Amino acid sequence: MQVEEYKPLIVAFCCNWCSYAGADLAGNNRLNYPADVKIIRVPCSCRVNPMFILRAFQRGADGVILCGCHPGDCHYTSGNYYTRRRMALLFSMLDYLGIERERTRVEWVSAAEGAKFAATMNDFAQKVASLGKNKRLEDLRCKK
Amino acid sequence: MQKVSREILVDKAISLLNQGVVKAVFGWRKGEFDYDVTPAVFTTEKDIKENFVFNGFCGANFSKYLVAKTVNFDGKILVFLKSCDTYSFNQLLTEHRFDREKVYAVGIPCDGMADISKVKEIAGDGVSKIDFEGDMMKVTTLYQDEPVEIKLGDVLLERCYNCKSKKHVAYDELIGEDGEVLDSNRFDEVAKLEAMTPDERFAFWQGELSKCLRCNACRDVCPACTCEKCVFDNPNSGVENKAAANSFEEKMFHIIRAFHVAGRCTDCGECSRVCPQNIPLHLLNRKFIKDINQFYGEYQAGEQVGSRAPLVNYTTEDVEPCDVFKGGEENA
Repeated sequence: MQVEEYKPLIVAFCCNWCSYAGADLAGNNRLNYPADVKIIRVPCSCRVNPMFILRAFQRGADGVILCGCHPGDCHYTSGNYYTRRRMALLFSMLDYLGIERERTRVEWVSAAEGAKFAATMNDFAQKVASLGKNKRLEDLRCKK
Repeated sequence: MQKVSREILVDKAISLLNQGVVKAVFGWRKGEFDYDVTPAVFTTEKDIKENFVFNGFCGANFSKYLVAKTVNFDGKILVFLKSCDTYSFNQLLTEHRFDREKVYAVGIPCDGMADISKVKEIAGDGVSKIDFEGDMMKVTTLYQDEPVEIKLGDVLLERCYNCKSKKHVAYDELIGEDGEVLDSNRFDEVAKLEAMTPDERFAFWQGELSKCLRCNACRDVCPACTCEKCVFDNPNSGVENKAAANSFEEKMFHIIRAFHVAGRCTDCGECSRVCPQNIPLHLLNRKFIKDINQFYGEYQAGEQVGSRAPLVNYTTEDVEPCDVFKGGEENA
């Protein structure tokens, strides 16, 4: 019997105006990043409600990364500043509850940073893979 | 000893009612037992004289009740506010949840309210009668011949041991003298948890949160939770009101509940008081308050009407989410 190699499932919330285009650029430039990164496009990083992050974990994600415009570059002027505060508090709370802090990350990636996007995803996937499966925030009912 | 007695409050309520200043009075009515004193609205002098109760179990924060009661009410309502309640009162005013003109607020001094579960720990189950004499209470139980005497100071609610302020931040009239903002040790327990390893913290919270029945009492009583429709009422959310099916839902509910009041929570401690399972919910709220104080500067919700909550505000120099743990480690 073949033992399947463990591959983490990663959900990336990407801002329509920067990181999503950054992912596109990474593709155009033929840069490799893990196929296990599932991108969800959001109109602004600020659209991401803390519940989205938890529900991604519930549905089987092993890591969740949120990519937005660099502070100061938000398409809507200030959305990512709010994101920054919210996520700082949420991640701190997840850590407080004993959930591995490497499973969540916020990264600022602009539309011109295809290389940064690929590098970030590679690095994040590697970190999450080293943590193994998400056991602490899993919902067994959502397992196939 | 409660510095204010039932007689003072009853006199005040009746005189304001008779003068026509207020048309209704928020007070406490006796419940099934001596310890489950229930918030109630009084409109007649007779009712107040007969049924108004004030003792060491009057912990309920009236601020949130004002939202529903003042909406279709013609005239003023008298409300008695302890110092901790006045912060919630201000916070609700900041959020425009009720009309200040419709409320006559009387600040009352408070030395802390009793926690019935602590009383039961000492006196045992089957509490049938509780008599107050000064700051002592005589607890009669079904299973013991002699009443047990307990000092009020020994069975206070957790929030009262860590009282953050005896100062009333909002009132029309004050009974007694105003207190001071206190140096409380309310973040000590949070710091203790932060100093644990992630595995220990996970085990602690798994144990605590698995007690949750999803009765939603913490949400329903919370003065900051005043949305008319809650995310947990949404049938499409998948986490609609129901018993938590597994450990994920428990964590989800409590993280989101605490997050939704982050920056607006005045740390009134009602959530922990009403929890039938005695889950230390205040530790979740205080973690957010502690983080906010540390990252975005000291902020006490409700201290000033109109202050801007930290989560609807920002500066360009805020801490990055990946850096929050570095700060935490330095302080640990």
